[in-house]
Amino acid sequence: MSYLSLSDNDKKEMLARVGVGSVDDLFCCIPDSVRLRRPLDLPPALTEIELVRTIEGIGRKNAYAGHLSFLGGGAYEHFIPAVVDYLSSRGEFVSPYTPYQPEVSQGTLQIIFEFQTLVCQLAGLDIANASLYDGSTGTAEAVLMAQRVTGRDKVLLARSLHPQFREVVRTFIKNLGIEAVEVGYGPDGRIDPAALAGLLDARTAAVVHQSPNFFGVVEDVRALSEAAHGAKALSVAIVAEAVSLGLLEAPGRLGADIVTGEAQSLGVPLSFGGPYLGFLATKKEFLRQMPGRVAGQTVDKEGRRGFVLTLSTREQHIRRERATSNICTNQALCALRATIFMETLGKRGLRELAWQNVQKAAYAADRLAAVPGVKRRFSGPVFNEFVVELPKPWPAVEASLRAKGIIGGYGLEAAYPELKGAALVTVTEMRTKDQIDRLARSLQEVLS
Amino acid sequence: MIKEIREPLIFEISEAGKRAGELPALDVPEKKDALAGVALRRELEGFPEVSETEVTRHFTRLSQKNYCVDMGIYPLGSCTMKYNPKINERLSAHPAFAASHPLASEDLVQGNLEVLKRLENYLSEIAGMDAFTLHPAAGAHGELVGMMLIRAALEARGDARKHVLIPDSAHGTNPSSAHICGYAVREIKSNENGTIDLAGLEREMTDEVAALMVTNPNTLGVFESDILRITEIVHAKGGLVYMDGANMNALTGIVRPGDMGVDVLHINLHKTFSTPHGGGGPGSGPVGVKKELVPFLPVPVIGERNGRYVLELDRPGTIGRVRGHFGHFSVIVRALCYILSLGPRGVREIAEFAVLNANYIRKSLEGDYHLKYTTPSMHECVFSDKLQKEHGVTNLDIAKRLIDYGVHPPTMSFPLIVHGALMIEPTETESRRDLDLFIDAMKAIAREAKESPEVLHAAPHVTYVGRLDEVNAAKNPVLRWEKKP
Repeated sequence: MSYLSLSDNDKKEMLARVGVGSVDDLFCCIPDSVRLRRPLDLPPALTEIELVRTIEGIGRKNAYAGHLSFLGGGAYEHFIPAVVDYLSSRGEFVSPYTPYQPEVSQGTLQIIFEFQTLVCQLAGLDIANASLYDGSTGTAEAVLMAQRVTGRDKVLLARSLHPQFREVVRTFIKNLGIEAVEVGYGPDGRIDPAALAGLLDARTAAVVHQSPNFFGVVEDVRALSEAAHGAKALSVAIVAEAVSLGLLEAPGRLGADIVTGEAQSLGVPLSFGGPYLGFLATKKEFLRQMPGRVAGQTVDKEGRRGFVLTLSTREQHIRRERATSNICTNQALCALRATIFMETLGKRGLRELAWQNVQKAAYAADRLAAVPGVKRRFSGPVFNEFVVELPKPWPAVEASLRAKGIIGGYGLEAAYPELKGAALVTVTEMRTKDQIDRLARSLQEVLS
Repeated sequence: MIKEIREPLIFEISEAGKRAGELPALDVPEKKDALAGVALRRELEGFPEVSETEVTRHFTRLSQKNYCVDMGIYPLGSCTMKYNPKINERLSAHPAFAASHPLASEDLVQGNLEVLKRLENYLSEIAGMDAFTLHPAAGAHGELVGMMLIRAALEARGDARKHVLIPDSAHGTNPSSAHICGYAVREIKSNENGTIDLAGLEREMTDEVAALMVTNPNTLGVFESDILRITEIVHAKGGLVYMDGANMNALTGIVRPGDMGVDVLHINLHKTFSTPHGGGGPGSGPVGVKKELVPFLPVPVIGERNGRYVLELDRPGTIGRVRGHFGHFSVIVRALCYILSLGPRGVREIAEFAVLNANYIRKSLEGDYHLKYTTPSMHECVFSDKLQKEHGVTNLDIAKRLIDYGVHPPTMSFPLIVHGALMIEPTETESRRDLDLFIDAMKAIAREAKESPEVLHAAPHVTYVGRLDEVNAAKNPVLRWEKKP
């Protein structure tokens, strides 16, 4: 299969105009000694039909499909209305570059502006950027931003923060002289306030907390923010399940200074972990320290409203090594999907969606806790996932459930050795009562 | 495109009580106090309320205000705006991939892991590297990961060193990425050919320098012909060579960075390997390394054991995790599809015809536009507005006027070493008709610059909005819609 558009005659005439005898002559400036003088060792070219067969063949090796899944933990199976796929597949959205020429990019720019507005509304803060790669790198960017804002070099990371987010933060700060210290959780699954108080000091740039946290438990963001502010540190609120913001109070209104996280939930498919959608919102006063691209509103000479990428003096192509971040390409197409998703569900739809998640999870939690030997691990309120403790080792339970066609949850032991035998069970609006009952019945059979 | 289409912000057409889509009735008993004691919002203040028809029209109308590759030539230098094959879109959205959860255990996702492993292997072959990681989310992220790998490798040798050398023609992401890795940046000046000055490099390359970040071909579209000597100089002083592979489109199947002494490089799948730019992402910036750096690769690494793919997490030397999960998986599927479609010869033709098309444009416009560096061009060429400046016309005027001719402008004012730059990269997928459309427009504009420069100053004339006041946008930032009080 070739995607070239030149005829043999075109090639001949073009080579003649350039003034070379052959295509090979165009590469005369490459030293002969390093030229590759053999064909690349790649499989032979495929036609479209053959490609479909090959790729679908690889896809069939994924046994995942066909299982009833209760996985979540920062990546959620939510319904995606058909308009999201349909509209976001338009070539006018899929195939342009970053909107550097605003006059021919008003579609993309206006959508970024709408996205920023929606993120501000969800977060309860003044400003938001055009997106970041994902929740994990968004968390890392927020940590670096907090260091710039406060000039301090220590961050407190909740142990209940997504384990991968914590790992990515550690990778990012390793070479920058920032220290990360973990804050433990209590029996309710929330950050232990006494532990937090003991760790806050004059070096602390930020308290990084997630709500709902990795155990599905809703944190007391107001108390955490007050504690952070008491030490003149920033309160950084991470949201890994953006649907929760349809119902939970906006973190910005509870005192968070930066709200960042993962918005995959809002119309972006699971797709084995990517591409997803990082977002970041903050207060106006921190505008100059915010990472990432931003669209802003302005006018042309006739006074007509239009949108442009703006405040680029924070960015790498102007400021080079003094930029607020090295990010340029971000997640525009995922942000478009989220924008369509949010505008389709709208004010009432997103709230109802969030409420259904709460209800399905509450029902599932009650059903599972009624299975002999199964206990809820944490007492705190949950959004759409919860932790259960089982009387048998999780790998064995997981395997037995799998034999019944069910992926029952996510074993926590690898990330939390202290939670041996515990699993995170996620229940979104996509799970029906029958499916939840089937999980409970199967678990009972497996454990008996 | 209809010039007069006006589309308000969605918030401005919202009306209380409207909605698109409905959820089924709750099928579990409702527990009203499920969130007792939790701070809830009263409502989603400001969120729009519209019908599905309105949503569809809103986005369809907005789409018509975008120029895109599917419409025509998009010769943004350094961006490699090539055609995005449609079958790759369909296959990457196949439910077998799109519905799979990243926390599923590895035996449930052998197909996904095969996709990752295959692309790693193919990229290694194309770039002449020993291994690849597909984790980085974009080119800049790849640079950061690459520099972290270099730092880890040097630390393992005993000294991470202090500085990174970067040519003055480099992308701004290079110094920014080096900085986040804890390195101080030293700029090296280009010589009269626009390439790295060997004497300068030898002077700057001390045993305090960790690495040289080199873009090859560089941002002028010029191949660093001294590349073997360059990598030798860096290696002789114990440094490593990072290559920014943004311009890999000029090299596929012709020459491999790994064979030129490059130790680490990133490739942009959304450039060389045809995955769509999406109006600013998602991209993907895989990083390739030589053997010495393999132990430091980010986790998880895809391993193979007894004919099965496994996720390796326990790797003592690793720099750690650089992003959640496994990279931009659906972008990776597209790139794999592209390489499988093209095969060995097709991959080589990428470079061959990208370079032919760029040289065709260059030859056609020499004389009409000034070329600061006359060194041979690879996949892009950089003109300037020097000749048009005599008539008071700038590269901005030229760019905006191109829009009137129905083509997207080239990259402007970059690289920084060419004043008033117009950086043109046609890519290999353009037809001669579209190349000529661009060339004819550029020639017409060169004439207009002499005869009627005022037409250029006022361009574009055909778009819904004219030139926008960017100074005002930055000075008085309005970054979101707000309800009028």
